[in-house]
Amino acid sequence: MLAGFVSSVLIAAIACGSDGEASSDPTGAKPLVVYSGRSESLVGPVIEQFKDLTGIQVQVNYGSTGALAATLLEEGSRTPADIFFAQDPGGLGAVIGMLDTLPPEVLNLAPGWARSPEGKWVGISGRARVLVYGTDALSESDLPESIWDLTDPKWKGKIGWAPSNSSFQAMVTGMRRLWGEDKTRDWLEGIVANDPITYPNNSTQVAAAAAGEIEIGMVNHYYLYQFLAEEGDGFRARNWFTPARDPGSVVLAAGAGVLSASDNKEAANRFLEFMLSPVAQQYFATQTHEYPLIEGVVADRGLPPLESIAKPDVDLSTLGDLENTQDLLRDVGALS
Amino acid sequence: MTTVSDAAPAGRRFLRELPHAFLRERPPWPLLGLGVAAGLAALLPAFYLVVRAVDGGADTWEFIFRARTAQILGRTALLIGIVTVVSTVVGTLLAWFTLRTDMPLRRVTTVAVVLPLVIPSFVMATTAIQFFGAGGVLEGWLAPFGVERIPRFAGLRGATLVLVLMTYPYVFLSVRGALRRLDPALEEAARSMGYGAVQTFRMVTLPILRPALAAGSLLVALYTLSDFGAVALLRYETFTFAIFNQYESALNRSVAAGLSLVLVFFAVLLLTGEGITRGRARFHRSTAGAVRPAVDAELGRWRWPVLGFVSLPVVMGLAIPVGILTWWLVRGLLRDQTMVALLEPAWNSIAISLTAALLTVVVAMPVAILAVRHRSWWPSRLIERVTHIGFGLPGVVVAISLVFFGVNYARPVYQSNWLLLFGYVVLFLPAAVGAIRYSLMQVSPRIEEAAQGLGRRPLRVLVSVTLPMVMPGVLAGGALVFLMTMKELPATLILSPIGFKTLATVIWDASTDAFFARTAAASLLLIALAGLPTAYMVLRDNSYRSGGGH
Repeated sequence: MLAGFVSSVLIAAIACGSDGEASSDPTGAKPLVVYSGRSESLVGPVIEQFKDLTGIQVQVNYGSTGALAATLLEEGSRTPADIFFAQDPGGLGAVIGMLDTLPPEVLNLAPGWARSPEGKWVGISGRARVLVYGTDALSESDLPESIWDLTDPKWKGKIGWAPSNSSFQAMVTGMRRLWGEDKTRDWLEGIVANDPITYPNNSTQVAAAAAGEIEIGMVNHYYLYQFLAEEGDGFRARNWFTPARDPGSVVLAAGAGVLSASDNKEAANRFLEFMLSPVAQQYFATQTHEYPLIEGVVADRGLPPLESIAKPDVDLSTLGDLENTQDLLRDVGALS
Repeated sequence: MTTVSDAAPAGRRFLRELPHAFLRERPPWPLLGLGVAAGLAALLPAFYLVVRAVDGGADTWEFIFRARTAQILGRTALLIGIVTVVSTVVGTLLAWFTLRTDMPLRRVTTVAVVLPLVIPSFVMATTAIQFFGAGGVLEGWLAPFGVERIPRFAGLRGATLVLVLMTYPYVFLSVRGALRRLDPALEEAARSMGYGAVQTFRMVTLPILRPALAAGSLLVALYTLSDFGAVALLRYETFTFAIFNQYESALNRSVAAGLSLVLVFFAVLLLTGEGITRGRARFHRSTAGAVRPAVDAELGRWRWPVLGFVSLPVVMGLAIPVGILTWWLVRGLLRDQTMVALLEPAWNSIAISLTAALLTVVVAMPVAILAVRHRSWWPSRLIERVTHIGFGLPGVVVAISLVFFGVNYARPVYQSNWLLLFGYVVLFLPAAVGAIRYSLMQVSPRIEEAAQGLGRRPLRVLVSVTLPMVMPGVLAGGALVFLMTMKELPATLILSPIGFKTLATVIWDASTDAFFARTAAASLLLIALAGLPTAYMVLRDNSYRSGGGH
């Protein structure tokens, strides 16, 4: 019995020991290594398309954006990564010193608002900040014009938010730019006074709005669509794009950059070019329900077009100032 | 009265004799070397944390020494206290009912009672919220009876329930192992001297179980300290939650390291506490043979109520999650949700978990031998304590620390299965050490001495005498490590070779973006695969008992 156990374990050990080498490319070309803070469920298929189209081998290390950023910082110049594909500009900002300056032909593919001014990263897909609301509790006529209106005491006990979420923090940074420090603080204090329920992320707010735990939550727009796909049109929550042209409707981007330490930059640049090509942008538009960032690709039919969103003018790269935003959030007691 | 002049020579004498005592009681070199190596491995994350936190400078320390930190520590301590007490009581009762009474359906319940252990934290929490939470299944069921809102589930209440469901199996397995080896003659002697059942349990059974209870509840406390998924989803802010926020939203690894050091300090407090609870008593039988099976307590008319009680954690920790997962899967399939291939991740999960279990047991063995057979040599206890630190740290912290060491000092194994396995050993060592240690305590050292007296070399004694006798502990510890590795996520994500997928990583990937059907398929497969070895263990136990030997 024991011998059987041990030998089966050894077989298992050998089997998984050999896995590491299994993925090297027979042609001898070095595979492109991508650290992806976006899940395989969302970006796996479009990376497969890149492989098929270019013949370039790609190895993807999936993880959360924060853990990958910490990993990259520990690895430093010894990192095996060629590309960091992050959920948000904050994650890219954390490793900005490790990123190479991108060539203009890659950089210019993304619109000016969705790329790093130092040319360190490009936006790949856009996501709008929206309010998600429970359709049992509210109808469109009840919904606020601006995110500012959520400070009204009538929303007391009915709001959800996720102050630790990086997209939320990017929105607050945008608020500080557009509204100034004082008004932003007033808004935050107004929300805190309304006893919001604090969630760890966006998708839990979408679920909570549908379940009636909250009436309204502050999220990125695209989570809703996977819920609709899984649960059908009967799902009891919808997005609300606030019509006021203010920080509540800011559009953010997931983006990617190339590591300075990469010795595979040509393939890396091709990867970024592909992600901003019509094929890949079409994928993001229809499959992940995000906003395409290049001209000529239209957003999913269920979404208001990007041009029609009351999007304030804010440079995404300036939203990397996380530290002061977090200090402010701690000051008002939203974050510990 | 001791005067200064008396004390000085005594102190000097002590210092002079210390090296001799140290050397005289020193364990054999190979054992010592292996034990120290295991201890150092377990300390690697702490070394890294010091380096990184010092690196952060004054800002880091300023952030850590805030009033807020003390507040979060208080909340964490409260949660740990409640969860540990409840899990210990539940786990002990379940072990006793399923092993020592004539409760119906004992085998099935024994397997079912262990399985909540393998459900990943965020799956357990999400399914619990869907069932117990606002607008959840339970509320829907109660609505026809005029119940509009049930008590709020999130917060301390929900976090406690979910963590208890995930951790009582640690106590259950530990106490079950102890009960199985317990010589019923002790209890019978107490009964024959006129003690009642309750008194016998208190005066005889409980003291013998104390080390097992302490070991099990220590795992519960350390797990609760390190858990992230449940507390995040149930919105109860703990220390680990704060550490995750530093990694994920503040993107500040220095503050994360500083906070983690506080966590290490907290873990050390728990370890000291457990060391005290464990007591000094030693219990071992003088014979090597199998224990005569105990006579099952007759429950009489309480048989079915007891089954009802035992079913409660099974329903909440297994039936409800499986029910909700099945619903997600069916619902998604009906709406044409695409699935992902699970064969390779499933194989990877099993292979890596088995290997991790074997390696961890091998590393744990010298630590356990030192702690039991060489306990008078003081570093033995220290080494055994130190091996517990990894389990109290969030997986992400241990993983990032191994990234640091791997990249800088062990490049060839970086992003290979070897470093990943090393990470699992650091994380799960205490589970194996505890189980083996307890088994070893029940074996009298006289047997080993006799074998040595008959001319056997120490290594042969170990292999041919000690190992067979501690096999129940080795298997129990190995099984526990296997189950924990099956669901391990953060270290697997960070340390595995690129492209290496397990069921746990598939579940995480799908669930972060609300792919419920995919989450469900992988979770159900994980539970089923974990159920097989668990069932094997239980069935093996039963043959052991009825066969009266092996």
